[in-house]
Amino acid sequence: MAIRRILIANRGEIALRVIRTCKALAIETVLAASKADMDSLPARLADRTLCIGPARPADSYLRADTIVQAALSVKADAIHPGYGFLSERAVLARLCEQEGVIFIGPTAAQIEAVGDKLRARAEAESAGVPTAPGGAVATVAEAMLLGRKIGVPLLIKAVGGGGGRGMKRVDRLEDIPSAMELAGAEAGSAFGDARVYLERFVERGRHVEVQILGDGNGRVIHLGERDCSVQRRYQKLIEETPAPGLSADFRGRIHAAAVQFAERLSYRSAGTVEFLVDLERNAFYFLEMNARIQVEHPITEAVTGIDLVAEQIAIADGRGLRLKQADIRREGCAIECRINAEDPARDFQPSPGTVRTAVWPSGEGVRVDTDIASGSRIPPYYDSLMAKIIVHAADRPSALERMRRALAATRIEGVATNLAFHLDVLADPEFQAGGVDTGFLPRFLERQRLAQEVRAHG
Amino acid sequence: MTLTAKDVAEIMRLLEQSSFDNLSLEIDGVKLNLQRGSAVPVRQSAAPASPAESQPKPAQSAPTRVRPPSQPGLAEVASPLLGIFYRAPKPGEPPFVEVGSKVDEDTVIGIIEVMKLMNSVRAGVKGEVVEILAENAALVEYEEILLRLRPGA
Repeated sequence: MAIRRILIANRGEIALRVIRTCKALAIETVLAASKADMDSLPARLADRTLCIGPARPADSYLRADTIVQAALSVKADAIHPGYGFLSERAVLARLCEQEGVIFIGPTAAQIEAVGDKLRARAEAESAGVPTAPGGAVATVAEAMLLGRKIGVPLLIKAVGGGGGRGMKRVDRLEDIPSAMELAGAEAGSAFGDARVYLERFVERGRHVEVQILGDGNGRVIHLGERDCSVQRRYQKLIEETPAPGLSADFRGRIHAAAVQFAERLSYRSAGTVEFLVDLERNAFYFLEMNARIQVEHPITEAVTGIDLVAEQIAIADGRGLRLKQADIRREGCAIECRINAEDPARDFQPSPGTVRTAVWPSGEGVRVDTDIASGSRIPPYYDSLMAKIIVHAADRPSALERMRRALAATRIEGVATNLAFHLDVLADPEFQAGGVDTGFLPRFLERQRLAQEVRAHG
Repeated sequence: MTLTAKDVAEIMRLLEQSSFDNLSLEIDGVKLNLQRGSAVPVRQSAAPASPAESQPKPAQSAPTRVRPPSQPGLAEVASPLLGIFYRAPKPGEPPFVEVGSKVDEDTVIGIIEVMKLMNSVRAGVKGEVVEILAENAALVEYEEILLRLRPGA
């Protein structure tokens, strides 16, 4: 086996990120791009670019049949799905398996196992990985019974949901019947699966996830954790590693839990096991597993020096895990800020358009993953991520300082961005202290709003 | 005003000296279409429809989007999908259309295969096939021009 040509079924910065590693490995790249992306930077840098359909993702990036046909026609050995789009849809992985194209990711069965949140929860329990108190409920009566046991507040979650989608918070037991009905109906139309389950709602929690690599034969290693608690409506904004303020023992247990979970599935490729850290109980619970490369993977690369995409390709190529757990050394602290084309002053409305000027920072310990340069267009059909600014330094205070300078050196004109907003967050004492919970950003926004009102009236 | 033979000769001379390949002019209902070279440069498809395996081009020989300059007044039929283009309903059978074929809006001009699913492509315009650009059994991209035709009755 030797992967010589990879079809990239994605766009934007992640397409470019995969092209970069392929170039370093002397692997040819064929980019499958929509009409809206034919003059993008990745389209120009790939060895070949195929127009797979119109701008609308449903007619291009989400067409598994078209993508596999394209891969077969250009004799690509493998498909890299990036993140989003078809990366976690079993249909693409399965079609690849049937057609003899290597899917750079887990097996279709593994994607299905973690995509069904209830099944993933059951797998976690079997693997001895802690889950938040809760479980499946088929009827309102069952939900009432379980609700009384775990107490309020609780969450009603869609089995087909994930990433913050398909959840309802219930604060009073008597609200369970109506919330159940609503959640079931919504889940049915949104995910084609009306099943729901109950889980304790953690009032003060942190989002901590563990990067793992599995060879598909039961061997799994971890590359440390990432703290992604700075979120707005479940959209991560700032990620960092290591997670601030965790004891060595706690950190060790959460790493071990991620490895145990992935081992149970004989997971293949790069994956991330997400946990909710309950600050009040000093406990952690399995949330879900993301069966793909993550947006925030570069911070792990920064502290470990490992190219995760290269490892994904090696595993897909049948070379297994080239690293042992003892080979993984993590040095210093890395932080990522997601620069989005959105306007914080207008409730983070997306701001597509033409980027007149884009000046990105550079220098020691600074990495920018972006497909945007001066003159680039940001089409309205896709998400608003423009760039990821990643810094690496010896410790958290120096990393924060480096990030401030990197953000200050960044200049973007033509579209609204959250650049200044990042600087505001970085200057916040609570964030600077480290270890904020997922409620931090909403509180921060509320404080900002109040301060503005005071200014307006004073 | 009308065009005299002398005017046309003068315009032809100008076109000859210019860097353009064709000129389309309309004055008072008189249409003039001029073209450099002796004949309409019809791009015949390389070979008749055959089931022969077409070797996919290596990734480096990239730009498959051949777009020779349009002849004046020609309508283009673009591929609605990425897939394998077939000129004939089955291997060995005559192609749906040839250069010179008269088509109407609903005439099937070819098939695009996407993972064994056959999608027929219709002309969309009434007219006469002038150029066939897409090769049989080759990969065509979304909106790649398959053929050009001269609209008309």
